[in-house]
Amino acid sequence: MSAPLPSGTLLVTGARILGEGAADVLVRDGVVVEVGSVDRPADATVLDADGLVLLPGLVDIHTHLREPGREDAETVASGSRAAAAGGFTAILAMANTSPVADTAEVVEHVLDLGRACGLVDVQPIGAVTKGLEGAELAELGLMHRSRARVRVFSDDGHCVSDSRVMRRALEYIRAFGGVVSQHSQDPALAGPAACAHEGELSGRLGLPGWPPVAEAAVIARDAMLAEHTRSRLHVAHVTTAEGLDVVRWAKARGIAVTAEATPHHLALTEERLAAYDPVFKVNPPLRPTEDAEALREGLLDGTIDVIATDHAPHARHDKEHAFVDAANGMIGLETSLAVVADLMVRPGRMGWADLARLMSTSPARIAGLPGHGRPIAPGEPANLTLVDASRTWTVDREASRSFARNNPWHGMTFTGAVHTTILRGTVTAREGEIRPC
Amino acid sequence: MRRHLLSIADLTREDVRTILDTAAEMHDVQRREVKKLPTLRGRTVINLFFEDSTRTRSSFEIAGKWLSADVINISAKGSSTSKGESLRDTVKTVAAMGVDALVIRHSASGAAQQVSGWVDAQVINAGDGTHEHPTQALLDAYTMEHRLGPLEGRHVAIVGDITHSRVARSNLLSLALLGARVTLVGPPTLLPSGVTPWSAADGFDVATDLDEVIAAGPDALMMLRVQRERMSGGFFPTPREYTVGYGLTRDRLADLVRANPEAVVCHPGPMNRGLEISADAADAAASVVLDQVSAGVAVRMSILYHLLAGADGPAEAGGPAAGDGPAAGDGGSEVAA
Repeated sequence: MSAPLPSGTLLVTGARILGEGAADVLVRDGVVVEVGSVDRPADATVLDADGLVLLPGLVDIHTHLREPGREDAETVASGSRAAAAGGFTAILAMANTSPVADTAEVVEHVLDLGRACGLVDVQPIGAVTKGLEGAELAELGLMHRSRARVRVFSDDGHCVSDSRVMRRALEYIRAFGGVVSQHSQDPALAGPAACAHEGELSGRLGLPGWPPVAEAAVIARDAMLAEHTRSRLHVAHVTTAEGLDVVRWAKARGIAVTAEATPHHLALTEERLAAYDPVFKVNPPLRPTEDAEALREGLLDGTIDVIATDHAPHARHDKEHAFVDAANGMIGLETSLAVVADLMVRPGRMGWADLARLMSTSPARIAGLPGHGRPIAPGEPANLTLVDASRTWTVDREASRSFARNNPWHGMTFTGAVHTTILRGTVTAREGEIRPC
Repeated sequence: MRRHLLSIADLTREDVRTILDTAAEMHDVQRREVKKLPTLRGRTVINLFFEDSTRTRSSFEIAGKWLSADVINISAKGSSTSKGESLRDTVKTVAAMGVDALVIRHSASGAAQQVSGWVDAQVINAGDGTHEHPTQALLDAYTMEHRLGPLEGRHVAIVGDITHSRVARSNLLSLALLGARVTLVGPPTLLPSGVTPWSAADGFDVATDLDEVIAAGPDALMMLRVQRERMSGGFFPTPREYTVGYGLTRDRLADLVRANPEAVVCHPGPMNRGLEISADAADAAASVVLDQVSAGVAVRMSILYHLLAGADGPAEAGGPAAGDGPAAGDGGSEVAA
């Protein structure tokens, strides 16, 4: 066994901050105190980061943990371990637990579970509507006033499809600077059975289609509601070129809208469905290559603000149904950095600073998380992620810290790997080892 | 031939030819007083039906029994919901009883293919959702050939709810293998998504005007059943309007016979008389609906024979040893009288 993962005074040596020139970073009491050429203090543990890229700790604005309710699929602790392994220092836990996170009691419970584990800051998201039913507003203000300080609200998994309810939610949360993260899916155009991109392949496979217009139409309506209410909209998992165009239009108009894309919609396409393997069943579904490429363009031109995992763990038996009956979603906390680095940074389509903006700075800002997504500079909280940009590795689903095995990346090889994760000066993960919790 | 029959895409043109030729021999057996062949003696075939079906299930049951297989029917309806036992657990449980072949019908597209990855038994797709129904397409081909001769260059129009039709999808593939020309006909709301690039890629035609298609004198019209749930699903305004646009009415039947006196009318059944097909058309000389049912048994015997007693398993197939069945291993070219 190796020595326990260090905490206390850390000296990270030779790291390429945001991929730029090498520097040392001294961390004391959870705070960055010095950056540059630093002499080793006597009490410091040295983390040799020669050749590694140093990023602000990653922030995932869209994670599903299954606690409370489905602890067989994922707990806050197992999800936290996966997050730490994946380079995250903060994750936002979606509200579709059982019971639903639609009260102060539930969000505080999730917050406390996250703190008890302590590997990553678990920030609960509150439901927009009671029971995710889309009819009545949940206690948005009480969740905000709770210890969990909820600022992001989402019925994710379900669309807040009623225009009146969506309008009221946006209006109401303006009082405390909240944001609605919308799962944009018109249920009349893409119902519960819709499980494949509507097009030639879904026609051939005989799978119920999920048309792009079901996404774009809701984004358009919500953007106009955000404008009308002078409130803030975050569009979860944009998947289509059409949806992206609407976001682009809304931003050009000055509407307070932000948007996210997932690694799987960026890197995987609908052809994966040809063998009816439910591991590739996700909502919204994987799209054609043209859409994935449009999303990549959206990362570069600023239409997409955030890359979020939509990590959706499921018990194995919930995925072993016929395709249309199987649970939606795939896991992604441990692979997202590698997927994005390999897809976008390695070929030179974007730099590490872009990745840091998309996976740390912007999600932290949208979610209003103080202490995350901050510059790597003296006085800032030491939430840091070291990346080995040259390490090539093959995903093995059995090695996952998540309880779940619905891993679409299994067997795929990536160049770029999380090396070390530091939460307020404590190393939570290092070269595959996770701090116990 | 592959181990499973999940899709027509699993078959080559030669495979289809072999299946249809053997089916003709099986058809002769079917007409004998004593119909039983010992070919699959000792083999167990389970009809695992997650969705109601009378004709397909009984057709497979008769086919298996006439080949002397032990055939067991299991109705698993209702156990396929995401709340209940997983599909994998259900089929693993059934397969653990020791079966040679699973004949699977499921309301979900892809179910048979998924099952084939979970069990050791050979899997035959007896209809998976709106995806495929390969044995139906083969019996359709058999029936049409019986009346029309080789289908190479023949024109087949498939009419109605293409979107939700596994019969149409399998026929598109089998008819392409046999060299027939296909036109899909239906209202735009019942044509599958992506049908324009699909038809361009696979070389079939798509039409929305049935009368124009009939005027061109197709060799076969395949009328698809309109499912009851589609009638209230907003796919078309009323059943009456559907019939006026896409039903094979008495007048259209006359038009068809006028345009092509040899033309045949198929329907996979069960028919909605008066909706997609008029009584006159269903019972007309051109109708081969009952021939399809009869061919169904012969074609399924042929499929069971080739998959279970095929070239790989002559010794235990009980064929030649018994001296009475199709000589296993030779592609079934002889059915001893």
